[in-house]
Amino acid sequence: MTDFDITSGEADGMGPRGAKVGLLRVLGPAHVWALGVGIVLVGEYMGWNFAVGKGGAYAALIACWFAGLLYSCVAMIDSEVTSTVAAAGGQYTQAKHIVGPLMAFNVGLYLVFAYTMLEAANAITVGFLIDTVAVMSGHDGLDQRPFIVLAIMFLAWLNYRGVLATLTFSLVITAIAFSAIIILFLATSPIFGGDVLRHKELITDLPYGWLGILAAMHFGLWYYLGIEGTTQAAEEVRSPARALPFGTLAGIMTLLIAATLTWYVCVGLMPWEYLGQAGVPLFDAARLSGSTFLMILLGIGTLFATLASANGCINDASRAWFAMGRDHYLPSWFGAVHPVYRTPYRSIIFLVPIALIFALGAPLDQVITFSILSGLLEYTFMPINVILFRKKWPLDTIKRGYEHPFHPLPAIVLLCLCGIAFFAVFLGYGTQLVAMIVFYVIVSLWFHFWRYRFVRRAEQFTMPWPRPQGY
Amino acid sequence: MDIWNIMEYAAWALAAIFGLIIVADWLRTDSTYSEDVLMSSREGELEAMTEEHKI
Repeated sequence: MTDFDITSGEADGMGPRGAKVGLLRVLGPAHVWALGVGIVLVGEYMGWNFAVGKGGAYAALIACWFAGLLYSCVAMIDSEVTSTVAAAGGQYTQAKHIVGPLMAFNVGLYLVFAYTMLEAANAITVGFLIDTVAVMSGHDGLDQRPFIVLAIMFLAWLNYRGVLATLTFSLVITAIAFSAIIILFLATSPIFGGDVLRHKELITDLPYGWLGILAAMHFGLWYYLGIEGTTQAAEEVRSPARALPFGTLAGIMTLLIAATLTWYVCVGLMPWEYLGQAGVPLFDAARLSGSTFLMILLGIGTLFATLASANGCINDASRAWFAMGRDHYLPSWFGAVHPVYRTPYRSIIFLVPIALIFALGAPLDQVITFSILSGLLEYTFMPINVILFRKKWPLDTIKRGYEHPFHPLPAIVLLCLCGIAFFAVFLGYGTQLVAMIVFYVIVSLWFHFWRYRFVRRAEQFTMPWPRPQGY
Repeated sequence: MDIWNIMEYAAWALAAIFGLIIVADWLRTDSTYSEDVLMSSREGELEAMTEEHKI
């Protein structure tokens, strides 16, 4: 056994408390943007349109903007808190420092479930997309499984080999996928001479009334689900206080634009009855535009958005799992860092078979629903988190990289919108919602009565913060 | 056997190769370095050195 010690004055991740190897600080704001937008953009390419099926075109637009408001609050709150808690684990680490261990354990699990399920859903989608291409070329009966497995194994290998290559890959394919949406909008927009959009003929009133808008909120989340994942890069960015708020806020602005453009183009090309159940609405919109170039571009964009999402999900789920292992909330074996690639390699490896099981053995809608529900539980924690953060450490006690405005208004708005979204999800997936909450109650009991005895209670609080007010 | 059947086999093969590369490196790493080194990462190390959190 080699006792490898790379401690030096220049090395990253080294420190005064005996760390010999740590995650590598190599990322910039563009990588943070790519991580956040990369995870989400697939929601513009598919999934959001089920909101149209629930309540019509206008309901989907209202859901898009209400969900946009929800996620703008998420992005602002996250940007402030994470610019001071610059450690892997994101919201898990925030909860650990600000709320307490039981909340942190639950939030950590929300993160891992949300991202691993989303990764599985993306891999299923890769298989579906390749099958679609095969059918278009005249081949029926393609076995999708090898492509699903290949997508997961390739991206796991990329994540294993290093975070810089992983997120640079995400940056390139996300930028292409986002550009494809812009090009589709410009090519079809009447502003630039296009005449294919038929909004006046295709858009109807609300077919199911105001209840349809409420039901549409469930799928309105797809426009932005995952932007909060930027915080998982906190331990690997060169300048957390600058890069995390910059990347996250630029990300939510990008998504607000992409979501609105996507809605505008799609509802102008397809009747709501068809759009509400389309598998790949942006690709269908490109086909209906009559341009072969746009069809190929949006086909590539769909595949790239799916891969970028799966790639970011592996990155984020492994960081959350790693952080929980490092704090002994889970077996400490998961807290290992690769001494050469500087990645949480055991966490990456452990989550591969789990993603494969869900990708190959579970139906897509169930996988996605569990991902959304875990995300929603996580968003509900955020307002509580930021209110406690401001109360325990007011603005004049800790230097923040970003201070979100109008506190506590964003926290209250976020809490109210989460309540509405929970009701919307309950309307369609009540059984899954109850099952999920029962699951988290059981694992919380396990953590409280058994696992917490292994946690080194003093060591887990590492931020050089002053004592909280009132303590 | 058309091109799609060949691509199915190629995808299986590539997936297996990526899996083998990961597992081989994992076993090599675990047998080369001590657990003390591999699990020495500590949260907030860099902050402890560079971020003072003073207004």
